[in-house]
Amino acid sequence: MSEHDASQEVMRLQGLRKSYNVGKPTEVEVLHGLDLRLQRRDFAALVGASGSGKSTLLNVIGLLDRPTAGELFLLAEPTQSMDDARRTELRGSAIGFVFQFHHLIQAFTTLENVLMPLMVATGKPTREQIDRARGLLAQVGLEGLEQRKPDQLSGGQQQRVAVARALVTHPALLLADEPTGNLDSKSATEVFQLFRNFNREFGCAVLLVTHDSRMSEQCDRTIMLVDGNIESDEALG
Amino acid sequence: MWIEWTIATKFLHEGKVQSTLILVGIAVGVAVIVFLTALITGLQSNIINRTLGTQAHIKVQPTEERNRILPPATGIVQLVLEDKRAQRLRSINNWQQVRDVLDTLPRVTAVSPVISGPAFARRSEALQSVVLVGIDAPRYQRIIPIQNDIVAGVFRIGAGDAVIGKQLAADLGLRVGDKLRLDGGQQRESVVNVAGIFELGVRELDARYVYLEMKQAQSLLNLPGAATIIDVTVDDIFDAQAVAARITRLTGLKAESWMETNAQLMNALRSQSLSTQMISAFVALSVALGIASVLSVSVIQRTREIGILRAMGTTRQQMLRVFLIQGALFGLAGSLLGGLAGYGLVGAFNTFGPKLFYIPVNPWLLVAATGLAMVTGILSAAVPARRAASLDPVEAIRHV
Repeated sequence: MSEHDASQEVMRLQGLRKSYNVGKPTEVEVLHGLDLRLQRRDFAALVGASGSGKSTLLNVIGLLDRPTAGELFLLAEPTQSMDDARRTELRGSAIGFVFQFHHLIQAFTTLENVLMPLMVATGKPTREQIDRARGLLAQVGLEGLEQRKPDQLSGGQQQRVAVARALVTHPALLLADEPTGNLDSKSATEVFQLFRNFNREFGCAVLLVTHDSRMSEQCDRTIMLVDGNIESDEALG
Repeated sequence: MWIEWTIATKFLHEGKVQSTLILVGIAVGVAVIVFLTALITGLQSNIINRTLGTQAHIKVQPTEERNRILPPATGIVQLVLEDKRAQRLRSINNWQQVRDVLDTLPRVTAVSPVISGPAFARRSEALQSVVLVGIDAPRYQRIIPIQNDIVAGVFRIGAGDAVIGKQLAADLGLRVGDKLRLDGGQQRESVVNVAGIFELGVRELDARYVYLEMKQAQSLLNLPGAATIIDVTVDDIFDAQAVAARITRLTGLKAESWMETNAQLMNALRSQSLSTQMISAFVALSVALGIASVLSVSVIQRTREIGILRAMGTTRQQMLRVFLIQGALFGLAGSLLGGLAGYGLVGAFNTFGPKLFYIPVNPWLLVAATGLAMVTGILSAAVPARRAASLDPVEAIRHV
């Protein structure tokens, strides 16, 4: 289905380290030299106890945070030496985020929220972009709710809007931080299915942090993080 | 810029109560500044017009006579006890040439040579001291449009005709067409015909001034062919000082601007302007602090949304501009509202006020106030906007 080569490398970590409070007596290393590679076809779960560094790793991969050492390649580009503006641009174009708390912007309608990553990058949305956003909203089952404000939607619906928003730029990599942690099991299954579909359809690598073993079991690959080290990296099924 | 604008206005719209409150605050501040500025400007121009309606902007006079002291021979210390010389009435040397030079000066709008000196006006037993003012009528009228202040008869001088003030006419019981004897001292007398009576509204002038043709005044004051003063007006009254200085440098004569002769008035006007500016500055400062504090609170309230926007690729510059636009919009909308309210106050003052004077409505004041308020808005938004731009997206997203 995808126009991309499914084995194309999306992301690669090389000896990635992350410390907090660098240079202070309270300095602590959270990630101890990780190596990891994600391809377009990957649908991976990142699991581990709380405090194992999952969220930190996700933030680093999403260019929200800088690693202390090592290198992060995104779409084969080394990112360590990039300046802030370039990182922001790459984040906007190559990465989609879905957070645990849906994080929509209340002042905007559902449709505008979905369009936000495009509007931030290129300004006033084109006809084609609006159609794309409407199409995504239809795919996540929210057709007809385009003009609603986020607070008029249920939690599951809001999370589906967030998924549509994350995908509107056709990112190469979708990062999700406990996207279903706040949802009832029915909504959680729906949202999970959406990730699945988009992974197949768009050839968009998915890395999702989850505590829910039922969810991680349905992923193709499970990466287990223990105390800042990759304990195991298994392909399933 | 479109997306920054959209986010800024949506945020403002979402925080309606906050936005409305600060808008009202800005509007009140701007209304106070606009009204106060218009009021003081109107008051001052009224005072200046009244003052300058009866005097030239610059008076050019001969330099004062000084004692000439022989310099001491070298090696001798000279102690001098000096009495100032009495200043007799003197003509300006070569006043015709000086007049012609002044005529060509830039910024000078009218030049009028005048011969002026003391005399007595007598009618039967009654005696009044007066000031003889010998003028070149067409030139003088461009300095002081005396023909507009004639209350009886016509403004006509020469051939034995004189024009006198209303108070003098009343003191001596004179009417248009009556004769008046003028005594310049030392048996120089002449009888003039009262052709017109003026009222300038300044008691001293209305009781003392007698306008004559130059020739007649010259012979009464025993200064044949003389002019003792050259009156000058300039296009911008506040340039008078500079033009006067230039005249002094050019001619070597003493040139005094109205600002020097009315030093106390100028002092009063300056203090008034200064206190107005101080009030305006403090009002503007509190408006700026109001904008800054509302936006600071807004940045904190929107920390998480800022984090999401940053995660979606919004740059720091874009985030900065969102809040700068909000500051500018507060300034613009607040000053438009406040400007209108200020003009409303001015209108109310002109219609229902004490009507002592009229406040002119200057549309540029609104433009200036709006521009200033926008700049103030942007400046006061700078601190919160920088904070929004520098938020760490990781921290911001976690913010609850």
